[in-house]
Amino acid sequence: MPFLRPGDIRPSEITPAAVYRDRRRFLGAALAAGGALLLPSALPAAPRRFGPLPRSPLSTSEPPNSYKDITTYNNFYELGTGKDDPARNAALLKTEPWSVTVDGEVERPGTYTLEDILKPHALEERIYRLRCVEAWSMVIPWVGFPLGDLIKRFQPTSRAKYVAFTTLHDPEQLPGQRRNVLQWPYVEGLRMDEAMHPLTLLAVGLYGEVLPGQNGAPLRLVVPWKYGFKSIKSIVRISLTEQMPPTTWNRAAPHEYGFYANVNPAVDHPRWSQKRERRLGELRKRETLPFNGYAEQVAQLYSSMDLTKWY
Amino acid sequence: MVLSERWLKRVVFLLCLTPLAWLLALALRGELGANPIETIIRYFGDWALRLLLLTLAATPLRLLSGWSWPVRLRRLLGLFTFFYAMLHLLAYAVLDQFFDWAAIWEDIVERPFITTGMLAWLLLLALALTSNQASQRRLGRNWKRLHRLIYPAAILAAVHFALMVKADLREPLIYGAILTLLLGLRLIRRTRVYKTLENR
Repeated sequence: MPFLRPGDIRPSEITPAAVYRDRRRFLGAALAAGGALLLPSALPAAPRRFGPLPRSPLSTSEPPNSYKDITTYNNFYELGTGKDDPARNAALLKTEPWSVTVDGEVERPGTYTLEDILKPHALEERIYRLRCVEAWSMVIPWVGFPLGDLIKRFQPTSRAKYVAFTTLHDPEQLPGQRRNVLQWPYVEGLRMDEAMHPLTLLAVGLYGEVLPGQNGAPLRLVVPWKYGFKSIKSIVRISLTEQMPPTTWNRAAPHEYGFYANVNPAVDHPRWSQKRERRLGELRKRETLPFNGYAEQVAQLYSSMDLTKWY
Repeated sequence: MVLSERWLKRVVFLLCLTPLAWLLALALRGELGANPIETIIRYFGDWALRLLLLTLAATPLRLLSGWSWPVRLRRLLGLFTFFYAMLHLLAYAVLDQFFDWAAIWEDIVERPFITTGMLAWLLLLALALTSNQASQRRLGRNWKRLHRLIYPAAILAAVHFALMVKADLREPLIYGAILTLLLGLRLIRRTRVYKTLENR
């Protein structure tokens, strides 16, 4: 199968992430670290690296975007509506301690610390394409584990048909929530078979490092065949439900953003043609692929649906 | 006026070029962000709209202050509005769409924010082409009527911006409020109080 074509070497092995950053920022960090010897309390939280990570056969072999692109061009309205706001405001988001409530149609509901959530799962590197509904795309080396493995641990009941997710709601840490640009907290959802699909990932890292706040630290969803807004960030609640859960962008503009949000070049958004996209770092646009190029793996999930209606 | 009109125009001319110079400086320093094409398009659009509002501010400023120099800068400001609108359109057609006429036409027909933007640009084009004195002479009284198209152009431009925004309408609302104020001042100009101001 074409998707079983891993890159020979993981990007985290080729180049340390620091080199991907611009020199000024790197030097700034070095200076800050030097200054920190005099003022230990000023020591910035050093990015923590995960150990050696196994390579996922589900990774694309396409070259990933730079660490700088991925961490400075973000849609995370909780940290500001400009693309560069999230990186600027991310320091406000405190990710330790962090806990996640699992409830609804599960045998083992409860509130768990992030450590408890992660403990039994082996992390791996997954390089995925990400396609935004705004018609730009990136390739991102995530660190994470399949959502399905987590859901199984909590033993869904037979009534569980959907999985609903909620982002942290705290205007102190997420200043964008002080204005009602969207209805807070941000919520998203998947159908059970989508949630259990091996491509659906819970990410905790990027380029072998702990996920930065602007990318949805400490725990975010990644659904590579759907538009980016579906991949909810900074998750504090996972609920298994019988009914289709509300989703934030669908609530804001139902004719523009559907529940499914599958990448589909044949169904235009009123503001952006979805036929083509700009891969950040490239000059010319490229054709958008159905399901963002993951059709072979996921198209059968929707074989009985009219995707112009269930967009 | 301390500055002679000629020097005033030279200074304003250079001021109007500084946004372009600033963008070039950012580009040379590699500081256009992860999506430079989007940055460039937005930047030119922002400045076209700002200069359009400045152009529209000339008449109310004269009426409120009694100064005549704002009105003598009006054509210069209007032409720079078109200059940035042209760069905005070129950045879209060349950098973003790379002369893909089919895609551009589809955008114009199917996406209201592009439709309004194109209409605004067409109106500004008509005004720029007839901005010279020969056209003024040739068109006579119709010249003034034609150049009232600046009002629908400004409204279309403001709507174009508002339609582009996904959820956070703060910025387009600020521009919209300024435009409403500038057009509103013209409407109340007909009232007696305003006539008195005008005739003093």
